[in-house]
This record gives sequence, C-alpha cells and structure tokens, in this order.
Amino acid sequence: MKRRLFLATSLSASIVMVASLSACSGAKSGADGKSVELTNVSYDPTRELYQTINPGFAAAWKQKTGQTVTFRMSHGGSGKQSRAIIDGLDADVATLALAYDIDAIASKGKLLPADWQKALPDNSAPYTSTIVFLVRKGNPKGIHDWGDLVKPGVSVITPNPKTSGGARWNFLAAWAYGRKAGGTDAAAQAFVSKVYGNVPVLDSGARGSTTTFVERGIGDVLLAWENEAFLAEKELGKDKVEMVVPSISIRAEPPVAVITENAKRHGTTEVADAYLHYLYTPEAQTAIAQNFYRPTDPKVAEQFKSKFPAIEMATIDKDFGGWASAQKTYFGDGGVFDKIYTKK
Amino acid sequence: MSRLTPTSERAIVRRSLIAIALGFLALFLLLPLVAVFSEALKQGIGAYLEAVSTSDAWSAIRLTLLIAAISVPLNVVFGLAASWAITKFSFPGKSLLITLIDLPFSVSPVVSGLIFVLLFGAQGLLGPWLQAHDLKIIFAVPGIVLATVFITFPFVARELIPLMTEQGKDDEEAAISLGANGWQTFWHVTLPNIRWGLLYGVLLCNARAMGEFGAVSVVSGHIRGLTNTMPLHVEILYNEYDFVGAFAVASLLALLALVTLVLKTLLEWRFDLHQGSQSLRGAGH
Repeated sequence: MKRRLFLATSLSASIVMVASLSACSGAKSGADGKSVELTNVSYDPTRELYQTINPGFAAAWKQKTGQTVTFRMSHGGSGKQSRAIIDGLDADVATLALAYDIDAIASKGKLLPADWQKALPDNSAPYTSTIVFLVRKGNPKGIHDWGDLVKPGVSVITPNPKTSGGARWNFLAAWAYGRKAGGTDAAAQAFVSKVYGNVPVLDSGARGSTTTFVERGIGDVLLAWENEAFLAEKELGKDKVEMVVPSISIRAEPPVAVITENAKRHGTTEVADAYLHYLYTPEAQTAIAQNFYRPTDPKVAEQFKSKFPAIEMATIDKDFGGWASAQKTYFGDGGVFDKIYTKK
Repeated sequence: MSRLTPTSERAIVRRSLIAIALGFLALFLLLPLVAVFSEALKQGIGAYLEAVSTSDAWSAIRLTLLIAAISVPLNVVFGLAASWAITKFSFPGKSLLITLIDLPFSVSPVVSGLIFVLLFGAQGLLGPWLQAHDLKIIFAVPGIVLATVFITFPFVARELIPLMTEQGKDDEEAAISLGANGWQTFWHVTLPNIRWGLLYGVLLCNARAMGEFGAVSVVSGHIRGLTNTMPLHVEILYNEYDFVGAFAVASLLALLALVTLVLKTLLEWRFDLHQGSQSLRGAGH
C-alpha cells in the first residue's frame, strides 16, 4: 500500500517533468523567412544603449523588408565576451569596448577578416566616449585630476584590464596623464603604478566596478566610462555621486563588427550589416547621444555639444601606436600591467 | 530507539538552547528571506508583477525549470545505479568511483564550467567536429544542462551510499534466496528501504540545479531570452540598476525553494500516517 503510494507519486512527478519539458521545447519557433534572430554580443555598459536602438532598427527593417527582427543581447566584460565568441558563442555582431578584442576574434577564432575595421566609417566606431571620474557627493577627498588619485588614503576603483575593455582605457588615460606630467614613459609607469597601488579590488567588468563603488560603497573614486558616469548620476541621483572631469583623458573608440562566419552560417549577413550601418544614421546617433555616448555624426554632435565636457584627449593610434602594440606592451602576459600589479 | 525518553536537563537550559537555535535561524535565514521579499515589493505589487512577467524573466524561469527537469531525473538514475553498485557489490576500482563521485564537490564551479568550454568550445577538443555537424553544446541549452548535471552529480549518490551501507545487503540476499530476480529485488526491497534518503537527495539536487550560478555562468553566454537562467537573470537585473526586478526574480527563486520544502513536508506527513513511527528511520539526517 505505502509502496504503491510512493511509486505513484514518483511516477506522476516524472510525468509532470516530461510534460513541462516538451512544453518548453515547443515554445521556440523556427525560421520562416518572415522573422530573423540577431545576436549582439556586447560589452558591459551598452545595455541601455541597445535597448533604445534595437526597437528603432527593428521598425526600420520591418518597413523595408517585412521581416521581424528579434534581438538577442549578451553583455559582459569586453575581453570575456571576445573570448566567448572565440569559444563558440554564436554572435552575429560584436559591439565591444575596443578594437583589440575584435582583432582577437579575427586572429584566434578566424571568424571575420583581419581588416574588419575598414568595413564601416570612423574605424568602425559609431560612437566614442572617454574616461572620467565618479566621486562621492560633495567630493569629500577633493579629487580634481589624476594627480589626486595617488595621494595616500585615496581608494581608486577600476576593473581588471585583463578582462575589461573600459579598464584598459582607464589604464591608458592614466598613462597619458603620467606622460604629460612627467615627460617620459618611465615617469608614466611610476605614476600609473602608484595609482594601482591605491586600487583595493579589480572587478571583471565596468558594470561590476560601478556596482562596487555605488552599491557596496567601496572606494573614493571610480574610473569610469563617461557614459557610465552620466548614467550612474541619472539612475542614482546627483545627491549620491558626482562626475569629475580630469585635465586629460583618452578618446575611447568602441568598435562594432559583423562576425562574418557566424552570420553566413545563420543567413543573417544582410540584416547584420544593415544593423551596423543603422548605427550611423541620424536617428541612431541621436539615441547614442541621449544615452551619453559621444556621437560621430558631426551634425548630431553639434546638436548635443553642450552635454559633453570638452577634454584634451590622447588617442590610441597617435599616442600608443594602435591596439595591437598597446595590448602587447601593456596588457599582455608579462606586460607593464603584470609588472606593476604584482609588485605590490 | 524509544523516542519518548524525557530529557534530564532543566527547563531553563532547554529553553535557552531553543531560543539560541531559533534566534540563529531568524537572523541568518528568515531575515534575508524577508529582505528579499520586501525589496521585491518595495514599489508595490504592480511593479513586482510587471518585473516577473517580462518576456526575459519568463524565459529565464522556463529555462531554469527545464534544466532542473532534465538534470534531476538523470542524476536520480545515476545516483541509484552508483550507490547500488557501490554498496551491494565489491569490485576493483570501487574506491576510485567513490572519489570520482565527490569530484564535483571538491572543484570550484567555475573550473567545472571551464572544463566544458575546453571540451566543447570552438577552440576545444571536440569543437571543430561539433561545428562541422552544426551541433551546439556550450553557449546553448545542452551546455547548461551538462554543467548542471556535473555540479549536481553527487547529491543523490552521496545521500544514498551511507544509508545503503548502513542497511547492508541482508534484505536483498533474503529476497534473492526466496527467488526474486534483480529487478524485483530492487523494486520491492531496496527502493522502499531507501526512499527517504532518495527523496532528500532529489530535493537537494533540485535546489542546486535551479540555483547553480558559477558553472552555468561560464557556459551560458548570457544571451537574454535564450540562455539566461534565473540566477543569471537576477545578476543582470541587479547590474542594470533594476533592483525591484532583481529581487522579484530572486523572490521567485526563493518561492520555488519553499515549494520544494512544502512538498517534502507534505510527503513526509502522508507517509507518516501510513507508516507510523518507524518511518522516521532514514529521514532524520
């Protein structure tokens, strides 16, 4: 009797499980030409940006071709996302934090041509940003420029340059200041090394660092993407955090690319290409500016000029010899970052 | 094993021990639970319902249930087979098998996830072959199932092995000497003996399968609406400054756990009615 009951219970439990299983697999619809799925693998702070842009493109594409686009978004540290695409994450387009991470997909994964950056205008960067500081309300530690970061007792929050694109821009922006202030690369290294001496924790992505700083209340200053700083101010209120603009920073160019081999396999080459071109239209550029990224379209840039502070900016190509060389020198195994961070 | 022996401690000792235990529970279990629900309902029930009814949240819930529905039965079968083999027979390599079963407990979940990336990733051992045959393992549902099965591997077996060792094989030997075949012995003798341990193992296995974060995070690819499980979705919402959403989904996860607990209690109660006091045997650990 009792055995029957037990068996009946387990039997019905497994039936329920199997039933729910088949119900789940039935929910997905196939590709019928009327709809198309586009996977955009992006870096951390672009969540809100693509939430705004995707519906705009979907509407435009529907009008042009009658096809319904469903977007699949994945966000994470730029280096980590690049690694995932190389390992087989099925991205149709990659919209990462810096060119090197897409270079890696081209060289290690052979998933797109090596000269991918020529495929779109402005080095395939439809928007740019820069690196600024976020400090606590009222700026209690009096942080106004890079020089203030190395004062004793100032705790600096920045993500890990090994996994985060934003962190690499942070590092290079600090370097640009150190070089300008000290005149040589040796002086820059000494300066950057002191900055990282004040870093208590390295998160893997920019958003993780923002959460560490804002939510967990760790640190006195957050080195952040300008867009991320604006967003934190907007989401959390100016009564909690304030943005500080340093005397010099770096022009960060987050590039976009179609992962051609994946797109070919999915039959999405055309729509992926149109999607990335759409990012350069005035409509998308306006959305970009409204999400605190600096637009590349001169007209839209002029329109939003007052929103973005004017900062002297170093560039990756002129000041650091391009990403291939900068990556090797500063962030590769045994590179400058390894030396200064282990020396602590 | 008479259960009605009165304790010899004085009332004050008993009461303070109970108070300490309850206080501890309230502080470390009840309070966080209350916090999750109160954060989730901070902006009212409307915001809560809106947060859990988005399509991304729904697909995360569906995926989590699917993963549990696949990995729990698999591990029940495996756990039964392994503990049956280990406790009823002796064979060379037995202690190696026991060690292997424990492996998922001893390695970090992140490492477990990376193992699958190294095996099935595009640059991995089997990657090129999988790609040539258009099979997707990691960054898709199969990879998440694999990682979950791996992580929850030991729960059922670890629960059953001590129990079955303790029970010995006398009952089975008696059954066989009376002419029962292997299947009959298992079905009519072994299974009824171990059902409490098994049930407990299934509950633990299920809880972990739904809650696993680390290993799943490595193999998921974090594609919303596709490969995001509930724990991953909670993290995403939290990072998007959507605290109500994050806590709302977290509260659902907590509710699922509470439902399993209630189910367990109900089952225990049903069996108790049928079986009387001896049913406590095996359920008490």
